[in-house]
Amino acid sequence: MKAIVTVIGKDTVGIIANVCSILAQNGVNVLDISQTVMREYFTMIMLVDTAGCRVDFAELADILKKDGAEHGLDIRIQREDIFEAMHRI
Amino acid sequence: MITTSEILETIDMISQQHLDIRTITMGISLRDCGHPEVRVCCDRIYDKITGAARDLVRIGEDIEREFGIPIVNKRVSVTPIAIACESCETEDYVPFAEAMDRAAREIGVNFIGGFSALVQKGFTVGDERLLRSIPEALRATERVCSSVNVGSTRAGINMDAVALMGKIVKRTADLTGGQGCAKLVIFCNAVEDNPFMAGAFHGVGEPECVINVGVSGPGVVHNALKRCAGRPLNEAAEIIKKTAFRVTRMGELVAQEASARLGVPFGIVDLSLAPTPAVGDSVADILEELGLESVGAPGTTAALALLNDAVKKGGVMASSNVGGLSGAFIPVSEDAGMIRAAAAGKLTIEKLEAMTCVCSVGLDMIALPGDTSAETVSAIIADEAAIGMINQKTTAVRVIPVPGKTVGDFVDFGGLLGRAPVMAVNPASPAAFIERGGRIPAPLNSLKN
Repeated sequence: MKAIVTVIGKDTVGIIANVCSILAQNGVNVLDISQTVMREYFTMIMLVDTAGCRVDFAELADILKKDGAEHGLDIRIQREDIFEAMHRI
Repeated sequence: MITTSEILETIDMISQQHLDIRTITMGISLRDCGHPEVRVCCDRIYDKITGAARDLVRIGEDIEREFGIPIVNKRVSVTPIAIACESCETEDYVPFAEAMDRAAREIGVNFIGGFSALVQKGFTVGDERLLRSIPEALRATERVCSSVNVGSTRAGINMDAVALMGKIVKRTADLTGGQGCAKLVIFCNAVEDNPFMAGAFHGVGEPECVINVGVSGPGVVHNALKRCAGRPLNEAAEIIKKTAFRVTRMGELVAQEASARLGVPFGIVDLSLAPTPAVGDSVADILEELGLESVGAPGTTAALALLNDAVKKGGVMASSNVGGLSGAFIPVSEDAGMIRAAAAGKLTIEKLEAMTCVCSVGLDMIALPGDTSAETVSAIIADEAAIGMINQKTTAVRVIPVPGKTVGDFVDFGGLLGRAPVMAVNPASPAAFIERGGRIPAPLNSLKN
């Protein structure tokens, strides 16, 4: 299943490394990354494949959310379908 | 591939603009639960509901986490109890409400709808018993919602039922301090697949079990409209339409997913702009964004007509099955902007009544003075039913004559039901009109002027 990870928050050193290592530890493959810093705010969007994920989706979402909170970031993972549904006919 | 800006737009809608799935409502038929003995009938109701909806909350929460979209309520609607329990040999229908309440508690849903009767043309034995049990049923239960359909375009208005419902609303208010009235809706042209409480019931033409989804998002529409400040209204309508389309697509996706996982057919998506008391989740704010100083000002009805129609147009294309009430809700106590306007005297019951001619429901969550007579409540119901009957639309009344309160006092209903200022009612008496009873005949559907 494809999903979108979004990371939004204040820019600090090592955000990408940290999120990627959480994903790698849980067997999630990163397919695409785009990242930008807008007005000091770090915004990263990743397309990932959760087919090989070792924990269930809800648990992965909780791990990311919790890690985000510890680093002052808003980290979400959502199934790609919701964005397709809202923005493509 | 979806673009970065599209992804961020969706995230912003969810995190900043209160976009949510308002409810996943499972409709369950109780038509096979009838039995002459009360105890057996109650057991059957309890078992049927807890069996069919056992996984509703868990699956709702799973979907919520996977899509990252809040699903605020998981609810159940059932066959009108007046139909399901008519063969039971009892005058007192309160035990059926208690069985529904226990079942709702067991499966973890906050409201269960269907303590209902359809009496637009007259009462059966079960209808009358149910109506007379409503005040006590709403006192004795926490999660049960009740609704009564008193009129339709094809049948006219049952004025005997209207007269009785005025008394029932008053009695419910007296027994519950007003709270019970927040769970009691009186309809004209009630729809059978409405997922929204308190008026949801599982209609007689519905399948054994069905999933209906209600989506919301006044904040999203309001925010989108900020992009076209001062532009002609047709441009505003276009923006509302596009926003409604996106929101409904999301509802359709969640509805299909819930239906597949629960193994229950998908019924409809109801795209209604349903406000909550939270700041930024208000229908009144949308109307004010269109250029009104305050909701209730002259122009409010026109603005609401534009909004309601544009919402429907956007929603219809986005879902394979749109149904329910689909449009804009204007519950006073559940909308921060409406509360503000009512408290400032800028929004009156008369203006709200006019607004109900062009929006999706009716006089909703309005607190009335405690000394409002039963006849006046009945007459308010009759007026709303007449608007629905003539205009071939659903209208509803959910008013709360709050014991001991008078105009200007504030009443707090708690949670999603919000708080409201007690509003003034015209003091002239309609008593002799209501006492006549009988029926208002079904209207002519041609020669429309």
